[in-house]
Amino acid sequence: MPLRIGVPQFPGSCDEVDALLAAGHVGDAELLWHRDRDLKGVDAIVVPGGFSYGDYLRAGAIAGLSPVMDAIAAFAKDGGPVLGICNGFQVLCAAGLLPGALLQNADRRFVLRQVELSVETTDTDWTSAAEPGQLLSIPAKHQSGRWWAPSELHAEIADQEQIVFRYAAGGNFNGSLDDVAGVCNEGRNVVGLMPHPEHAVDPLTGSTDGLVLFRSLLQGATNV
Amino acid sequence: MPHVRILIRPKAGILDPQGTAVEQALPQLGFEGVSNVRIGRLVELDAADATEVAAICDQLLANPLIEDYEIQVDGAALAS
Repeated sequence: MPLRIGVPQFPGSCDEVDALLAAGHVGDAELLWHRDRDLKGVDAIVVPGGFSYGDYLRAGAIAGLSPVMDAIAAFAKDGGPVLGICNGFQVLCAAGLLPGALLQNADRRFVLRQVELSVETTDTDWTSAAEPGQLLSIPAKHQSGRWWAPSELHAEIADQEQIVFRYAAGGNFNGSLDDVAGVCNEGRNVVGLMPHPEHAVDPLTGSTDGLVLFRSLLQGATNV
Repeated sequence: MPHVRILIRPKAGILDPQGTAVEQALPQLGFEGVSNVRIGRLVELDAADATEVAAICDQLLANPLIEDYEIQVDGAALAS
């Protein structure tokens, strides 16, 4: 049985097609609708980027309340692998599945650029196939990607090695606390990051470094 | 029905880029003496049960991790 990966689509999602294509490199990808509670028995979830519900109120706030997110929260609680990319990361934070919050970039600008990320821990469902400290070149494109957490929470997740990705030295363009680009939950099955691994899976677009997240998922599934 | 005003502001110590932008623009208009500009949101609503408003703020209108809120019912401050 091939791995089956579900990608929920919200009104205002825009990166679900690339998420489906990237997931297709390691398994069968399936689009899920935001009003559905049925995850169709998928083995993993990728919450895609975009501007869910127009990002009205706060980025990710309304999407976090949608029926499909109820199902994804239950799936995550049972240990199911969930990856949130960009707006998907904001949605997972807003839904309380990941620690911290994403604030407007310090310089207020929407930024689109290729960034270097360092893999800070390989002990997650989405980085197990990477090398510790491996540098990934993948694109970032957002205006609200400044990760922030109160100092106690920040210390706690740093201590528990829940910081999964950092912007490489000098590359923290959005003002994120402690250069954090991505984090995971305590169970290490839910990972979120602002840059876009799903846009870096084809040599045509310059880098295939994003594939390692999807290969990690496959590796985890094979080892079970 | 009670009329409720909710003031939502970024928590102290969190960089507020909107406030910074305004603060940097003011000297261009000749206003030199303004500092500590912070920009939040004002939500107004009519609530059948005003005691529910704090829960509404916690669950939707504000993100308690990064924002403080203040509830006023019919013009009087309610402890938040």
